[in-house]
Amino acid sequence: MKDIGTVDQVNIEARVAMLCKRSIKNQAKIAGLKMAISMMDLTTLEGKDSAGKVLAMCNKAMHPLESDPSIPSVAAVCVYPNMVPVAKKALKGSSVKVASVATAFPSGLAPLPIKLDEVKRVVEMGADEVDMVINRGDFLAGRYDDVANEIAQVKTACGNAHLKVILETGELETFDNVRLASFIAMQAGADFIKTSTGKAAVNATLPVTLVMLEAIRDYYYATGKRIGMKPAGGIRTAKQALQYLVLVNETLGDAWLSPDMFRFGASTLLNDVLMQLEKQRTGAYQAGDYFTKD
Amino acid sequence: MRLTVQKTYKMFVNGQFPRTESGRSLEVKDAKGKFLANVCWGSRKDVREAAVAARKAFGGWQKKTAYLRGQILYRMAEMLERRNAEFITELMAMSGKTRVQADQEVAKSIDRLVWYAGWADKFTQQFGCVNPVAGSFFNFSVPEPTGVVGIVAPERPALLGIVSTIAPVILTGNTCVVIASQKHPLCAVSLGEVLVTSDLPAGVVNIITGKASELVPTLSKHMDVNAVVDYRSDMATFKASAVEGADSVKRVIGHLNITEKSWYDDKKCQNPYWIQEVTEIKTAWHPIGV
Repeated sequence: MKDIGTVDQVNIEARVAMLCKRSIKNQAKIAGLKMAISMMDLTTLEGKDSAGKVLAMCNKAMHPLESDPSIPSVAAVCVYPNMVPVAKKALKGSSVKVASVATAFPSGLAPLPIKLDEVKRVVEMGADEVDMVINRGDFLAGRYDDVANEIAQVKTACGNAHLKVILETGELETFDNVRLASFIAMQAGADFIKTSTGKAAVNATLPVTLVMLEAIRDYYYATGKRIGMKPAGGIRTAKQALQYLVLVNETLGDAWLSPDMFRFGASTLLNDVLMQLEKQRTGAYQAGDYFTKD
Repeated sequence: MRLTVQKTYKMFVNGQFPRTESGRSLEVKDAKGKFLANVCWGSRKDVREAAVAARKAFGGWQKKTAYLRGQILYRMAEMLERRNAEFITELMAMSGKTRVQADQEVAKSIDRLVWYAGWADKFTQQFGCVNPVAGSFFNFSVPEPTGVVGIVAPERPALLGIVSTIAPVILTGNTCVVIASQKHPLCAVSLGEVLVTSDLPAGVVNIITGKASELVPTLSKHMDVNAVVDYRSDMATFKASAVEGADSVKRVIGHLNITEKSWYDDKKCQNPYWIQEVTEIKTAWHPIGV
């Protein structure tokens, strides 16, 4: 693990600040925003989630804006395990995938057999993608092998389902740790690495995303394997979404600018993007009142 | 010999004093055409930010008790009184008024705030009513704030104009985005400093300086602005605003061609109906116990 190197924090922050200044207007903005929608994992992860809410969200996932068919459907919906059958049924026949969180989300603090069983069950119920959390306690205590083994076993339990590994960067303290955790996850079999659960005090940020994107890049150079990236939590505005896309494009290039390689985990982002697209179409700033709430 | 420190006139948005995102500035000249100061040449994006701030502030401001809103308006009067020397100096420099005239304008502005402050806990009784209905129900109609209101303040008088237009809008619980006087914007910016020290929650009043021709259409088209009250435009511009406002079923209200002198006339420009026109009537049925 020593050969993965360390992160230059000052440089990362300066690069993010520089890339955020890009001005993206008109046609490029519209294309970028539509791309952002097609990469979205529309998410609801609340204790009060109900079948009704998930159904409404699935409808929105397939047809984000009923009045404008040029707007693509989102990439996936992301729900708790019990909601997987509901979502699967609602999305039948569409291109929208079902992602389920698993492994005792969001803490990850449950015995491994239970976590593996949970993963198997969500895949049986029809989840196309599984979002697992790493054991941050083990990671911070330096038990990296345990973390890696757990990810590898979850990957096996996933079968054909795609595995996204949530690092919960808000709890990893340093960029060096984020980079190390990214490599552990990628080496252990992650298809995607994901920043956050959305439940921690600090969720996805641009700098931490850049650290992970650079880890993906370095891993690709070393192994030739392409790993996907999913920032999640705290991405609420269309402007932020475009900034993330710039980061991806400048770090990993076109090959990653697709829903197969990059996702946004978000719940309120979609409406802001729709409002911006309507603004571009009509020339008038929009109000939340005219868009369905998930 | 020392250089005096010049004041940077910025805008007032969300309880803060940001520069315009456009980075542009406009020269403000005094009555003789001599350079006085630079102010922000606000852009449509500044209006957008202001509307977001106003929307965010609306929920909390609307829920404050009528009494408290009145107190805060009164507090604005207190703060203005304390700083009247500054406003007098600004008015003299900016609009070429004599000290007596400037003093009169500031005094009138303060009085007007006090007058509207009193309305905060009275407009509901005045504009609401109990309706006679055939059945065992109470039926009430009560005025409620309409939401985010755009205000196009008059060019002159620079201070009295903006004060007289903000007060009737916010006292009911509305929040507002104000396009300040284009030729004489300095007092509007300084008024922001009064508001920020008056316990007025951030975002209730947002003041943008710049060119009305650029800013007014953004306001009237904005889907999240519920009403626009225009005290400045010509009839053609006002009609265009009304058409643009139709998409969001906005109230576009015009009080055009008010002369500068009229603003001092309490019978004309101290008007409870200016309170009523930016409220919505809500009617509720309530069963009477048998």
